[in-house]
Amino acid sequence: MPLRAKVASSVSRTAAALSRAAGRGDGSVIGGWIGLKIDPDLLAHLSAGRAIALVSGTNGKTTTTRLTSAAVGVLGRVATNSFGANMPSGHTSALAKAGSTPYAVLEVDEHYLAQVLEATEPHVVALLNLSRDQLDRAKEVAMMAQLWRAALVRHTDVRVVANADDPLVVWAATPPGDPARGINPPHVTWFSAGQRWHDDSWVCPECGSTIQRSGEQWWCTGCPLRRPEPHWVVEDEGVLDPTGAWHKVSLQLPGKVNLGNAATALAVAAEFGVRPVDAVSRLGIVTSVAGRYAQVDKDGRNIRLLLAKNPASWLEAFDMADEAPTLLSINARDPDGLDTSWLYDVDFAPLRGRQVLITGDRAYDLAVRLDVNDVPFQHVRTFDDALRSVPPGRLEVIANYTAFQDIRGELDRVI
Amino acid sequence: MSSESLRIVWIYPDLLSTYGDRGNALILARRARQRGMPVEVLEVRSDERLPATADIYLVGGGEDGPQALGAQRLLADGGLHRAVAQGSVVFGVCAGYQLLGTSFFAKGVQCRGLELLDLQSDRGESRAVGELAGEIDPRLGLPPLTGFENHGGRTHLGPEVSPLARITAGVGNDGATEGAWRGKLLGTYSHGPALARNPALADLLLRWATGAHQLPPLEDTWSDRLRNERRSAVAAARA
Repeated sequence: MPLRAKVASSVSRTAAALSRAAGRGDGSVIGGWIGLKIDPDLLAHLSAGRAIALVSGTNGKTTTTRLTSAAVGVLGRVATNSFGANMPSGHTSALAKAGSTPYAVLEVDEHYLAQVLEATEPHVVALLNLSRDQLDRAKEVAMMAQLWRAALVRHTDVRVVANADDPLVVWAATPPGDPARGINPPHVTWFSAGQRWHDDSWVCPECGSTIQRSGEQWWCTGCPLRRPEPHWVVEDEGVLDPTGAWHKVSLQLPGKVNLGNAATALAVAAEFGVRPVDAVSRLGIVTSVAGRYAQVDKDGRNIRLLLAKNPASWLEAFDMADEAPTLLSINARDPDGLDTSWLYDVDFAPLRGRQVLITGDRAYDLAVRLDVNDVPFQHVRTFDDALRSVPPGRLEVIANYTAFQDIRGELDRVI
Repeated sequence: MSSESLRIVWIYPDLLSTYGDRGNALILARRARQRGMPVEVLEVRSDERLPATADIYLVGGGEDGPQALGAQRLLADGGLHRAVAQGSVVFGVCAGYQLLGTSFFAKGVQCRGLELLDLQSDRGESRAVGELAGEIDPRLGLPPLTGFENHGGRTHLGPEVSPLARITAGVGNDGATEGAWRGKLLGTYSHGPALARNPALADLLLRWATGAHQLPPLEDTWSDRLRNERRSAVAAARA
């Protein structure tokens, strides 16, 4: 590593430690930010010599990154940004902090995928899904797919592991090659993790025709784009690998969506030569991810935290949650997106019959939504009020980003 | 009304449903049912024919590509024009509002609109994102408008239409006025969705569709609280 990079890396580690010691954060961003100021190429320097996997998509990237790190860990030490700090400063911090490791698995904010592909030259990139998220500041969904596709054209040597169930991802993962210039399309391994949310992919990104669906199949009515045959498939409580062997997956994380994340993790690890049979048991050691799925016992209540940031992830959260009293908390601060209209993209009907409590900065938006949805609810001002309002036993908490962090704060920043 | 039940058509949810636009259909249907009206909500996708005999048509928001495609298909279909000629109600939001006019810009290209409202939209210098509030045209007899806007376009009204509201916060059409209406056609930049934030506006559309001069009042506790909270938030942001 060049001297400048060495200095930058060392300063970066120090700043991260200071940030943690000062109680200003978990140090997962600040160190990298300072390091990149000293050496703008620090991420590239820190990446050199490591076999790297990038994980990106709208939902599930933090959890999938964690599961993938566990799976790749079969081979040796893995550096990873496990606190969801998923922009280049977070990647820089994570790699600097980990020191020299043969492997790295990095979660990447979908907007930064092109930049991080460039800097880290990964061996494999996993593309999970694309759906609407924070529309007041994020890129339009179709444009995001276009950016991914353009980035992959420039990196045809990277191995792609992508979701066959998401038309936007399939299109992004299959840019045309240019045989005349010796450019082949990237090698893609397809997984099927299911997709509950379809409302961002009724229109073909290639030709604008309608996309038809029947069961798990989908196809464009105007061009050849259609669901590829997946190599890795979730089946019952396990995963079918490309050889047709079925592996039982025992996760501590709830929901079918996490079985899909496990299938993705096994597929990515396989690109490094990890056999699923060796990795599958390691997936069960992941209990919670930066507070997501964490369980806390307090005042006789077993509180479980579920993060739901956008319509697609709310649908998955309802699938994961037990039939138990449920607290919903909604904020609309900058990281959440300021427009709460998306609440109407979510059908809250699965909550009927459960005791529903609502709170958060934007509880009234949620109140009007639930009213129209015929879901009875009770408004509470504080988390303690919520606890007092439910009987002893499980309390499911489903919250969007900053609301989730607020409640995590009430529970001593549980991880 | 055209038949036994109030027919609401949600136009092209596959293209124009980016900002919780389903909410407007849900709110309208619920408020009609609470008054004892039977309601039918039809979701018509862009590869289907648009029925010309519904009472209320809703056109929602969308990204540039779907907006241009939606306008093309509505022009080719012709159903919405026939419905308007027969006196149906049309409510457009954001991209759906722009495409009711004579022209709009999508992906940097000027596109032909449906020419149902005398207005045209072009690109603003910056994107308008944030809370939107205004005093509604007194002839409509409604409380203040509240909503959230997120659009790059600016809309210029012709003499045939009236502004829906005078802006008190946000940008709307051009920083001075917001939305437009003529006869039983009404458009706005307001999300929230608009009818969740403005139940009186939903009732106006229902009155237009049914010919009723008045509708029985409904219990609107949560909407009222939401409206008050948003009004305070806008005031606090300005202070």
